[in-house]
Amino acid sequence: MNLILLTPLDLGLAATLLVALALFSIKMRLSLAGQIITAGLRTTAQLLLIGIVLTSLFEHVHLGWLAAISMIMFLVAGREVMSRQGRRFVGLWGFSIGAVSMFISSFSITILTLTVIIRINPWYEPRYAIPLLGMMLGNTMTGIALGLDRLTQTSWQQQLVIESRLMLGQEWKEAIADIMKESIRSGLIPIVNAMAVAGLVSLPGMMTGQILAGSPPLEAVKYQILIMFLISAGTGFGTIAAVWIGARRLFDDRQRLRLDRLKKYKN
Amino acid sequence: MIRLKIQDLRYHNVGPLELAIDTSECVTFSGPSGAGKTLMFRAIADLVPHEGQIYLDDEKTLEMSPHQWRKKVGMLPAESQWWHDTVREHFQEIQESWIEMLGFGKDVMEWQVSRLSSGERQRLALLRLLGNRPKVLLLDEPTANLDLENTLKVEKLLNNYLTQQQSAFLWISHDPEQIRRVGTRHFILQNGSLKEQQEL
Repeated sequence: MNLILLTPLDLGLAATLLVALALFSIKMRLSLAGQIITAGLRTTAQLLLIGIVLTSLFEHVHLGWLAAISMIMFLVAGREVMSRQGRRFVGLWGFSIGAVSMFISSFSITILTLTVIIRINPWYEPRYAIPLLGMMLGNTMTGIALGLDRLTQTSWQQQLVIESRLMLGQEWKEAIADIMKESIRSGLIPIVNAMAVAGLVSLPGMMTGQILAGSPPLEAVKYQILIMFLISAGTGFGTIAAVWIGARRLFDDRQRLRLDRLKKYKN
Repeated sequence: MIRLKIQDLRYHNVGPLELAIDTSECVTFSGPSGAGKTLMFRAIADLVPHEGQIYLDDEKTLEMSPHQWRKKVGMLPAESQWWHDTVREHFQEIQESWIEMLGFGKDVMEWQVSRLSSGERQRLALLRLLGNRPKVLLLDEPTANLDLENTLKVEKLLNNYLTQQQSAFLWISHDPEQIRRVGTRHFILQNGSLKEQQEL
């Protein structure tokens, strides 16, 4: 089966749909038109750029290049986690809590998969490494951002309850345990739900792509299952780590609730 | 015997405060709102950063783990908080005689928290705190939501506790009658410092 190549004209036709949506939203006064157009332009530019980068990366397989690209992906994802927080930790913590948790879970699971499960040689073959890392980062990013956002918002709202529990002699872990549980759950629920409906309601993107590119459906399905498991594990461990570090950071060495370590940002 | 000693305590723009409280002694505090009375309690309970030393029976705050300190130096906030569904889930230990002294029946533990009145919350919060057997109690207007009958019941229970457990009380109150009934010494916190009032 041959791949049907898309021409700029084909993409242009799809773009007119987006423009139509923008015009419609002006008419409905959704004040979204600007955002729709900018986001559309960003998607085009960013994807074209990564397309060019990947083309040259596939031609020059080198660990250094791969490391450089992964670093950029990682930094952007870390910034994104931070920018989704309504209340952020002040200072370097704001970036590092999300970024460190994301780094540990995404990178270790990606490398483990490349070396132990897929066993490709060399393990840093970018055709596998980059898409895998991209999917890991994209999903752990969402989970961690949701978990941390819930943690800081709820702690802010329930500061009197947390402090009451401290007054009764509870340790910080106990005083914030309910909030931590809730935050971890809110980070994990999207991916667990996605696993539950995969194939029934939605055909996951990666598998769809492989099928469009001509893979036998069952081979594509096997990869999709692999990815689902990896993403769930990565999101889960990443969210747990981020919520734990974040919750610890809300208390100081004398286990006092220190909400002055959070700063409010407009979303 | 000195139960609680406060030395050179400073926080926000209050202090330095000096105070020593004996066992079975109840010291009362009043002062204009915003003077930092509640914040003083929060500092003594080590809930907010502060400078200076606080000793419980000659043991410094820093020599004890923070949750142990707060178990022994128990603070009763003006507004009580409840986070489980029923009253019982909030209690580590239940002393039936105390429940009776405050005018509750035996079924109070099964009550839904959402249906408690503000006065009931305040009295139950006190019982919950006493379950820790604190050596020092920081009472922030503990009877503010109560009628006279219940106020007297609470005062009686607290007085029993004070003498039986050789505890020490720091009590914020704005009611001169109550201050005369319960206090041994009275201080006014104003403009960042404590002034002892000779006439109760």
